[in-house]
Amino acid sequence: MYETHYHRAGSVDEATKLMADAEGGKYVAGGQTLIPTMKQRLAAPDSLIDLRHIADLKGVTVNGKDVRIGAGTPHAEVAGSTQLQAVCPGICYLAGHIGDPHVRHMGTIGGSIANNDPAADYPSAMLALDATIHTSKREISAGDFFIGMFETALEEDEIVTAVSFTAPDKCAYSKFPNPASRYAMAGVFVAKSGDGVRVGVTGAGMDGVFRWEEAEAALASDFSAAALDGLSVNAGDMLEDMHGSSEYRANLVKVMAKRAVAAIS
Amino acid sequence: MSKVEMTVNGRTVSAEVEDRTLLVNFLRENLNLTGTHVGCDTSQCGACVVHVDGKAVKSCTMLAAQASGSEITTIEGLAAGGELHPVQAAFREHHGLQCGFCTPGMIMAATDMINRYGGKLDEKTVRAELDGNICRCTGYHNIVKAILAAAEEMSGSAKVAAE
Ligand SMILES: Cc1cc2nc3c(=O)[nH]c(=O)nc-3n(C[C@H](O)[C@H](O)[C@H](O)COP(=O)(O)OP(=O)(O)OC[C@H]3O[C@@H](n4cnc5c(N)ncnc54)[C@H](O)[C@@H]3O)c2cc1C
Ligand code: FES
Ligand code: FES
Repeated sequence: MYETHYHRAGSVDEATKLMADAEGGKYVAGGQTLIPTMKQRLAAPDSLIDLRHIADLKGVTVNGKDVRIGAGTPHAEVAGSTQLQAVCPGICYLAGHIGDPHVRHMGTIGGSIANNDPAADYPSAMLALDATIHTSKREISAGDFFIGMFETALEEDEIVTAVSFTAPDKCAYSKFPNPASRYAMAGVFVAKSGDGVRVGVTGAGMDGVFRWEEAEAALASDFSAAALDGLSVNAGDMLEDMHGSSEYRANLVKVMAKRAVAAIS
Repeated sequence: MSKVEMTVNGRTVSAEVEDRTLLVNFLRENLNLTGTHVGCDTSQCGACVVHVDGKAVKSCTMLAAQASGSEITTIEGLAAGGELHPVQAAFREHHGLQCGFCTPGMIMAATDMINRYGGKLDEKTVRAELDGNICRCTGYHNIVKAILAAAEEMSGSAKVAAE
């Protein structure tokens, strides 16, 4: 790792100020993506501004069906929240299947969505739950937030402070993890509510997370795994790498979607 | 350089370190606590697991500066006096190690999972909870056996203590 300068922020305002004063600074939350990247020398921020001690960024609040998750909430806390489990079990399941227990103790939802890894789990849930991403500057709908692989609408100094959404009537996540890294080879989050059905897909798309709208329409009229039988995602839009071809991933998306639907229909 | 101060195995320690110093290097090189191992460069093997404020964390994926102000427990801090911790004793009893390289991380992961699940651990849960700990020797079977035995022993003795 190249040399860096560590700063600990006590509030969102302080963090933004530290960032303004730093040259080539980066925020660090759980560090479960950024520190490994710095160890590989793929990132070399001159300053690190630590968000992990900002109390305002932490915690899950559930008010009826209104859910708010602070950006600094670790995966383990989302996975273990009994309040959240009662209204939106799919997101608890998702958080409990990110990486391994040690990663889940440190890694945060804010870090995960800010990073927007094409194989990260949370972005699929954010799209399917039609979540709002709250930042130090504004509110952004998930659909406008995720722009492409590792790309979001965030500006350089902008901090994700929380995500919020209305819990759906039913939801489920199904993931086929890469056996070595545990990241998603394909992960599908299905959410059904009065407004219809939304399907978020991660791990597979060449441009990162996406909504499978054809499946949403089919499930809106017949909410069953069989409703997806005749559908397929375009293999040309899927990732291809040493772990699997694009055709393989296209098939996985369908299988994961059917499993998620079957779990709640 | 930054000044870091933390409690390690009950002892307050402080030092001036480069900001890029990983917690694992601080433990091994500044404090000579070489029980915590480094088995990979990719945050995947878990040989470096320690407890930070009571939770299992990969010490190769955290800066010493990030851990400043925290309470750390390493493998050296588990045994009370001359007596092995029940998880250490179970690993010995059930041959939960061969070369021993992964063992400190395995034992710190095991004590963390027993803390969280109490006596409710079953084989499937133990295997899933070991996702972040790689062993190149044992095939995991005896590690799982040792953890289940320790969980039972620890919840048994907790029950006795509560009566
Ligand atoms: C072994 C291993 C396995 C993993 N497996 C999975 C997996 O299966 N699925 C999965 O989804 N992820 C996985 N991860 C990644 C993990 O979930 C990370 O925790 C997450 O991607 C990043 O969160 P973090 O808090 O650690 O962010 P950091 O690493 O601290 O930061 C990541 C990026 O986000 C920025 N950032 C952080 N917080 C904020 C904020 N509040 N506002 C704005 N920008 C911010 C940082 O500047 C940085 O660019 C794995 C990681 C490891 C090491
Ligand atoms: S050395 Fe920390 S995970 Fe391998
Ligand atoms: S005992 Fe050798 S790596 Fe586990």
